[in-house]
Amino acid sequence: MSPTLVISIVLLIGIAGFVLGRQRAVSQQAGASEKPHSRVHYHGWWVFLAAVLPALIFMAIWSAVSTTYIDNATRSALPEQTQESAVASRALATGMVQNLARGLRVLGVDNASDAPQTFEELQPRLRERGIAVASDTQDYMIPLALQRNAMEDRSSLLRSVLTIAFSLAGAAYAFSTIGVRARARNKVERVTLLALVAASTIAILTTIGIVFSMLFETIHFFQSVSPANFFFGTVWDPRFAAAGSGGAEGQFGLIPLLAGTLYIAFVAMLFAVPVGLMAAVYMAEYATPGVRSVVKPLLEVLAGIPTIVYGFFALVTVGPFLRDLSADIAGGPSFIQAQSVLTAGLVMGIMLIPFVSSLSDDIITAVPRAMRDGSLGLGATRSETVKRVILPAALPGIVGALLLTASRAIGETMIVVMAAGVAARLTWNPFETMTTITVKIVNQLTGDLEFTSPQTLVAFALGMTLFVLTLAMNVFALYIVRKYREQYE
Amino acid sequence: MTDAIIPAGTSQPARPRRDIGLKRRYAAEQRFKIYGIVAIAIGLFFLAALLWSVFSNGYTAFWQTSINLPVNFDESVIDPDNERGTNPNILFTANYPKLARDALAQKLGIDPEDRAQMRDVGKMISDGVRGQLRNVVMANPSVVGTTQNVWVLASADIDSAQKGQINLEIGEDRRRVSDQQVAWMRQLEESGDLEQRFNSGLFTFGASSRPETAGVGVALVGSFYMMLIVLVLSLPIGVAASIYLEEFAAKNRWTDLIEVNINNLAAVPSIVFGLLGLAVFINFMELPRSASIVGGLVLTLMTLPTIIIATRSALRAVPPSIRSAALGIGASKMQMVFHHVLPLAAPGILTGTIIGLAQALGETAPLLLIGMVAFVANYPATPMDPATALPVQIYMWAGEAERAFVERTSGAIIILLGFLAIMNITAIILRRRVERRW
Repeated sequence: MSPTLVISIVLLIGIAGFVLGRQRAVSQQAGASEKPHSRVHYHGWWVFLAAVLPALIFMAIWSAVSTTYIDNATRSALPEQTQESAVASRALATGMVQNLARGLRVLGVDNASDAPQTFEELQPRLRERGIAVASDTQDYMIPLALQRNAMEDRSSLLRSVLTIAFSLAGAAYAFSTIGVRARARNKVERVTLLALVAASTIAILTTIGIVFSMLFETIHFFQSVSPANFFFGTVWDPRFAAAGSGGAEGQFGLIPLLAGTLYIAFVAMLFAVPVGLMAAVYMAEYATPGVRSVVKPLLEVLAGIPTIVYGFFALVTVGPFLRDLSADIAGGPSFIQAQSVLTAGLVMGIMLIPFVSSLSDDIITAVPRAMRDGSLGLGATRSETVKRVILPAALPGIVGALLLTASRAIGETMIVVMAAGVAARLTWNPFETMTTITVKIVNQLTGDLEFTSPQTLVAFALGMTLFVLTLAMNVFALYIVRKYREQYE
Repeated sequence: MTDAIIPAGTSQPARPRRDIGLKRRYAAEQRFKIYGIVAIAIGLFFLAALLWSVFSNGYTAFWQTSINLPVNFDESVIDPDNERGTNPNILFTANYPKLARDALAQKLGIDPEDRAQMRDVGKMISDGVRGQLRNVVMANPSVVGTTQNVWVLASADIDSAQKGQINLEIGEDRRRVSDQQVAWMRQLEESGDLEQRFNSGLFTFGASSRPETAGVGVALVGSFYMMLIVLVLSLPIGVAASIYLEEFAAKNRWTDLIEVNINNLAAVPSIVFGLLGLAVFINFMELPRSASIVGGLVLTLMTLPTIIIATRSALRAVPPSIRSAALGIGASKMQMVFHHVLPLAAPGILTGTIIGLAQALGETAPLLLIGMVAFVANYPATPMDPATALPVQIYMWAGEAERAFVERTSGAIIILLGFLAIMNITAIILRRRVERRW
C-alpha cells in the first residue's frame, strides 16, 4: 500500500472517530445528572488526535528506520571484494543496487525467474523505459536488487498494517475514555500547546540546520584544502585544483573575494548612507504630513522591487550608461567597464536607500519630543537641532541600522552576479571588475555537482564565512538597537 | 529664585544687538533643507529611471509580429506515402516548416526553386512554426489536404525590425535582416497580412532558445507551486510559533534565544538558505533537484521569520482587555487565544503573510543553488517535477545576448512587478480597510 493511501485511511479513521466520539459525548451528556466537564466537540477532537497522531509518528519512525536497515542489509550482502575496498566504492555499489532496484520495479520484474541474468540483457529494457542506470552495474547486483525490492515490499506491508492497527487502537482507547466528567478539553489543549511549541522550535532548527549543514561540508572542504590557504590565499582559481593533484595550494584564496565583497558594499554604503539618512531627516523633521505620506511609500517601493530587477537594471542600463559616459569624457576608449565595482555598488546603493531611510526614520522619530523642543526653545535652528541634538541622541540606533544595511549589502547576490563580473582579482580601481563571495557561491554550485570535490565544497566554506560575517554584524546591530530602545521607553 | 533688582537711577544705554551670525545660520539651515530635498529627489529619480528602463524596454514584448499565411496542408508534404492511419508518428515528424515557407513564398510571388531567396523567406518565419502547424494538424487531422489561414509567428529578427529596434540605416551586412526581407516585410504590412498581435505566447510558452517562442508560462506554474507550498507551510507554522511566543511562553532564556534567533534569521542572506536547501533537502533528504518542492521548502524557511514578526505585532496590538474579558467569563487560555485574540489579529496576520509571499516570489539567489536554473520547456505536472521560477527565468533570459531577449526579459519583469504590485496593494487595502485600531 502506498504511504498516501495509508495516510488517507488513518485520516478517515480519525474523522470517523471524531463523529462517533462526538455523538457518544452528546448522548452521554443528554441524560447526565452531573455537569459535563468538556463540550462535546472536544471529545470528538480527542478521539481524532488519538487516532491520527501516534499512528503517523509511528509511520514516520518506521520509514526512517527501515530505510537505514535495508541500506545496511544491501551493503552487507555485497560480495566480499567490494566490502573490503574503499568506503566510497562500497557506497557507490549500494547506490547502484538501489538504482537497479528502482529500475526493476518500474519494469515490473519482481521475482528471480523473470529477471534477466545479466546486465547486458537488462540494460536495453531499462533504457527503453527511460531509466538511467550506471553502465558498470554488475551482474551480481540483479539478485541483490530483487532481494532489496522484496525486503522493501515486506517492510511497507508491515508498516501499513501496523500503522492502521495503531490508529484503530488509539481511536478505540480514546473512545472508551469518553465520559461526562472526562477532561477531554484539557487533553486536547495540551496537545495543541505541544504543537505550538514544536512550531516555535522550527526557527531554532533552521539555524541549527544552516550551521550544521555548512559546518559539515566546510570540514569536508578543509580536509583537502588547508584553512590557512583558504583564509589567507590571494589567488582564486579553483579550476586548476583538480582533486588529488599536487599543486592545489593557494588557489582557493578567500582574500580577493572578501576584498571585492567589502569594496562593493563600501561603494554601495557610500552612496546609500548620505542619501538615505538625509531623506530620513528631511521626512522626519521638515516634510509636511502630505509630502511624507506620498514620498515615504514611494521610496519604500524601491525596497519591494526584487533584486533580480536591480541586477537587470545594472546590466542593461547603468553599466552601458557608465561605459559610454566614460568614453565620452575620455574622448577615446572608456575607462569604466560595463561590469565594475562602481556599477554594482551604485545599483546596490539604490536598493539600500529605503533600508537606510526607513530604519533611520523610525529611530529619529523615536527621539523624545522634549529634546527637540528644548533645543528649538533655546534658539537653535532646525538643522542645528538635528545635527547637535537629534543625531547624537539617535546615533547608537543609526549605527545599528547601518550595520544591518551593511550586512545586507554583503549578503546581496543577484545584483553582483549580474553587475560585478566574475574575475577574482585585487584592485583599487573601482572602474574595473571585481567579484564577491556570493557570486562565487553561485558559480561553484550551478551546473554539475559532486559533493566530494573541493570545487563544490568550497561554496559551503564561502557560505559559512558569509554567514558568520553577517551574523556577527546582525547580532551586534540588534544588540545596539535593543539597548538604545530601552533608554527612552 | 530671586528677582534681580535694578538699582534706580542707573539707565542702561541701548546696546546694539550682538552679532550671533544669524545670516550664516539661516543659510546653513537652507542648505541643510536642500540636501534633504536633493536626497529624496535622487531616490525618486532612480525609482523612475528603473521603472522607465524596464517599461520602455519591455512593453513591446506583449506584442508579437505575426504573419497571416494561407497554409496549404499539402498531403504530398505531410504524408507522402499515405500511411498516417498506420503510423501516427508521420503527422508528428512531417516537414511543417516547408509548408509555411511555401505559403509565404507564394504570397510574396517568389519562385520556390530560387534557393537563395527561399532561404531568406524561411528566415522570416519563426522555427516555432513547426510546433504551431503540428498542433493544428494533431488537433484536427482532417485539415490535411486543405488550405487554412494561419497566423504564424514571425522570426525574432523580423519582429525586432518591425518594432524599430534594429537600426535599418546601417549597412546591410552589419545587421541581422537583409534589405530584401525588410522590403517583403513592408509589402506584407501593406496588404495587412503582417501585424502586431497580442503575445499570448509570453504567458503560455516555456523556456526556448528562440526569443519568439520563449515565454514565462512554465516559470509561472513553478512559481505558483512554490507560493502554494510557502503559504500552506509557513502560515500555520508561523502563526502557531507566534501564538506560543506571544501568549504562552514564559519570558526566560529559551524564549529569549528563540526571539533573537528569529530576528537573526530574518537578516541572514538569502543565498545561505539556498546552501541549506542544497545540503539538507537535496543532499541529505534526497529530494529531486530543481523541483518546486525544494524551492518551496527553502522559501518557506525564508518567509517564516517575516510572518512570525508580523503575526507577533498583530497579536500584540490586540488590547489586553479582550483577553481579560474572555478569561473572566470562564474561557480557558487556549479558548481565549483561538476564539478571541486570533480572529481580531487575523487582518494583520494576513497582511504580513502577503508581504512575506511577495518577498518569496521575487527571490532568486537560493533557487539558483538548488538547480532551478535548468532549461525547462514543459509544464511541471507535480511539485516533484523539474521546474523553474519567474525570477529565475528572468535571470536566464538576462544572460542571452539577442536584442529580442532584452525585450522578453523586461516583459517578464513587468509581469513579475505586476504580481508584486497586486499583492502589495491588496496588503495595503487590507490594512486600511479591515485592520481595527484600538
